[in-house]
Amino acid sequence: MGKFLNKYSIVGQSILVMSIFGGIFAFLLAIFFEFSNPVILKSEAQAKQRLLLQVIGEKKYDNDLDTDFINISPNTYLKSKKDTKAYIARYQNTIQAIIIESRAPDGYSGDIILLVGISPDGKIIGSRVVKHQETPGLGDYIDIAKSDWILMFQGLNLKDKSSSMWAVKKDRGDFDYMAGATITARAAIKAVHNALLFFNENKAQLGID
Amino acid sequence: MLRKSMHDGLWKQNPGVIQLLGLCPTLAVTTTVVNGVSLGIATMLVMVASNGSIAPIRKWIPEEIRVPIFILVVAALVTIIDLSIHAFAEPLYRALGIFIPLIVTNCIVLARVESFASKNPTLPSLYDGFFMGLGLCIVLALLGGMRELLGKGSLFSGMDLIFGESWKVLSIEFFDSSHGFLLALLPPGAFLGLALLIALTNFFNQTKQ
Repeated sequence: MGKFLNKYSIVGQSILVMSIFGGIFAFLLAIFFEFSNPVILKSEAQAKQRLLLQVIGEKKYDNDLDTDFINISPNTYLKSKKDTKAYIARYQNTIQAIIIESRAPDGYSGDIILLVGISPDGKIIGSRVVKHQETPGLGDYIDIAKSDWILMFQGLNLKDKSSSMWAVKKDRGDFDYMAGATITARAAIKAVHNALLFFNENKAQLGID
Repeated sequence: MLRKSMHDGLWKQNPGVIQLLGLCPTLAVTTTVVNGVSLGIATMLVMVASNGSIAPIRKWIPEEIRVPIFILVVAALVTIIDLSIHAFAEPLYRALGIFIPLIVTNCIVLARVESFASKNPTLPSLYDGFFMGLGLCIVLALLGGMRELLGKGSLFSGMDLIFGESWKVLSIEFFDSSHGFLLALLPPGAFLGLALLIALTNFFNQTKQ
């Protein structure tokens, strides 16, 4: 009987010690999260702001991009699951650029999120990958931090480039890619193309006539 | 004590080429010196913190449930370091991505806690964590250097992303990356590179005898 109780007390003791440790560290983490979260949000917002500035390039604007946007419901072009924001850059109340967020679900690992800045006449002003988990050193060349690849979309539009040309050279398209990481390039090219197609079909919603 | 920790961590018991613990990140991220060094530093921080926090409380941890408690402590510390890197070193966070949280499952961290910190006083445990971490960091840097040089023809590229603009001068380009030896950047290249490093270590050890 004594042995039996002893066994249970070990279980009880273990539960107690585990809970104390769990409690202490959960508390520590909660405090640290509270302390670091505002900094994280701020640095993410800054990173986003920098990206927005990059995709509208030289275009002048005088409105506040943070508040001037249109909510776009999930649609098949942008492959969005939730509402996304289309930011609108204006100068003296005329639209200079629309910034559209496009998602590529068919990358090598996970979703690739891109921002594409488009001028009212349908030209790409700039495009950037905002988020990706492509293989470091291999598929990550789509990131401006790693290579200039993403810059080749600049100035393109739907009129000058037919749909079949929006592909990597391997697929008889018009775009360079890095050997060994074709899937990544395919996904990104498609997502940029889709952003243009979306823009073309939803001009009214975006406020362009 | 300090000398022994140093000798063990950097050479005799080196985590990267002798103990062969913690190979997942070793092989996955070491495509450049920068990636290797930054993950090495993050792992080193975790090892110092985990060794340093387990050693003082080692007498209160029941033998039977020590492993879950160690994991709990390590996971909490990694989360704190992950949050701090995200908050204060955004570019580094982008470069390492998923591999920072994955430090939790890095065998070397738990191995040092289990085999050293749970049996030794605080100060030696701190030394042990530091030098084991440094030993791993050096191996990651060497492997990253080998792969970057062969695969991309450069060394120290991207230093500026992590340590600031002034580090850009360190970046050396030997040849254009399109002539690189792709295998070196792919996972098999990591295994081959590590095998070379291990062979080299064994060679030195044998000639010394």
